[in-house]
Amino acid sequence: MVENVKELLKLHEGITHEVYLDNENSSVIPQEIVDEMLPYFNKKAYGNPTLTHKPGWEAFEVIMNCFQTISKSIGAKNLEDITFTPGETEANNLAIMGSCFARKSMGKKIVISEIEPINVLQVAEMMQKFGFTIQKISVNPDGFINLEKLKEAVDNETVLVSVSSVNNEIGTVQPIKEAVDIVKAKNPQTLFHTDASDAYGRIPLNVQDLNIDLATLSSYKILGPRGMGAMYLRDGVNMERILEGQIGTQKLWPGVENTPLIVGFTKACELAFQNFEANVAKMRSLRDKLVDGIFTELDDLRFNGPKGNQRAPDNANVSILRAEGEALTIELSLKGVYVSSGSACSRRLLQPSHVLVAIGRRFSEAHGSILMKTTRYQSEQDIDYVLSVLPPSVNRIRGIVGSTGVD
Amino acid sequence: MSRIPLPYNPKVMDLFRNPKNLGKMDDATVVAVAGNPACGDMITFYLKITDKDVIERASFESYGCAANIATSSIVTEMIKGLSLEQAWLDVTWKKVTEEIGGLPSVKFHCGVLAVGALKRAIRQYFKQKGALIPSWMPAENTFEEKQALEEEELAKLLSKRLKTEEKAEK
Repeated sequence: MVENVKELLKLHEGITHEVYLDNENSSVIPQEIVDEMLPYFNKKAYGNPTLTHKPGWEAFEVIMNCFQTISKSIGAKNLEDITFTPGETEANNLAIMGSCFARKSMGKKIVISEIEPINVLQVAEMMQKFGFTIQKISVNPDGFINLEKLKEAVDNETVLVSVSSVNNEIGTVQPIKEAVDIVKAKNPQTLFHTDASDAYGRIPLNVQDLNIDLATLSSYKILGPRGMGAMYLRDGVNMERILEGQIGTQKLWPGVENTPLIVGFTKACELAFQNFEANVAKMRSLRDKLVDGIFTELDDLRFNGPKGNQRAPDNANVSILRAEGEALTIELSLKGVYVSSGSACSRRLLQPSHVLVAIGRRFSEAHGSILMKTTRYQSEQDIDYVLSVLPPSVNRIRGIVGSTGVD
Repeated sequence: MSRIPLPYNPKVMDLFRNPKNLGKMDDATVVAVAGNPACGDMITFYLKITDKDVIERASFESYGCAANIATSSIVTEMIKGLSLEQAWLDVTWKKVTEEIGGLPSVKFHCGVLAVGALKRAIRQYFKQKGALIPSWMPAENTFEEKQALEEEELAKLLSKRLKTEEKAEK
């Protein structure tokens, strides 16, 4: 298997230009963020922040500053409202399991949207093992949650509602404020959680203005290091730990704080919010150039998700009909363009992206979908390169398909 | 979203990049399709068969992943010049997988589908000809043909479910 990968990588030798658009699944960490992290591995603050010696106090000081920066970036009241976790997956697990376990005597119903990311969807589904029921709220063809159905769904038994602020696959910016108001009007005891991983650094987000109880943040989705994320918990909301072990600076997540990664996440946050408007404008203009170019060069396409301001500025999701997504990701990779696909083709279960299916895309449209996200570190030349490579790649794959893939 | 690592071997990659026997065949004796675009997995085989029941030429089209393209292509290579009996008996999905240098286990079904399409083509040929079913061909569908059917049924079910849901929404 490893030998195969070596050979696969050899096929990429001679690539002249690389553009990483798979920012949904990982990201290139900018050098300035790497530089910020490096001293914390072995030059300073390498101690455990809860211990009584210089390296420990150094770690304590820097971590407290990080709590401060991250909590301020989302308008949280206290720095204690933030819990650093090893990623957004863990933050979503903590938010859902921790809040439901703490409320199991109050009710057993969880309400989520049907287009939640896997690490919300599967955690909520897992809670059925503990006697909870879930209700999934449908979305319209642009991915907007049906607020009427949300209102109907929330009852006295509902302990938690979880709706992402921005959908990770199709970029839909949900009307979170309205959703929170609807939920709280129906049942003030119901907690509202939002996975804000794809909203953070892209749309304004203030947890107090929105009246949110729990939120999930991701480090790599704002170009910080992987293996780091955070959960926001409103002051005074009761919560249970889901892991046990040595407690350090934070009550809800045991273990030794990972100072370099926390520093990297915080630096990424500072950079994202330092020139927020300009950063967003850059992502948006590159994304628009990319999408416009694709639609100019190719036909038989579907644009997935909403257009305009109700879409995240970095997200492009296009179904390329008469082409299969996995084949396309490989073809593009060989030319230095890295994207992901909503195709099911690595699974016998034949399940394409549940998000694309939920917005009414045919399976064949989901199989031909590619997901791309731009960053402010990319250039117009990068997008030009993608646009020079994509049409011939699509045409070659369509050439193999011939008349076979038309349903 | 697909999340399973797929370290394709060089032979698969080579056939993905430079597929052999690709494309529609205008003078094909028999054409057979297996799979469904809803499954992200579909193959068309074109066979030119001689009067003596020998496969003179074979070509394919494929809507699917790299493994689907490569297995379809290798099958067209493997059956060239074989009698229909040899093709039926010798070209198993395991042999196809071997011939291609192995596949990740989640991709075994690509080989199965390719052989299913081949067997369908051969069965179709005898039906078209109005000839008696040869003794080496079982009356019942083989494992590979059943798998192809199962996949197509599943696709139908899935799209039926989608349509029902659409109606329910309205």
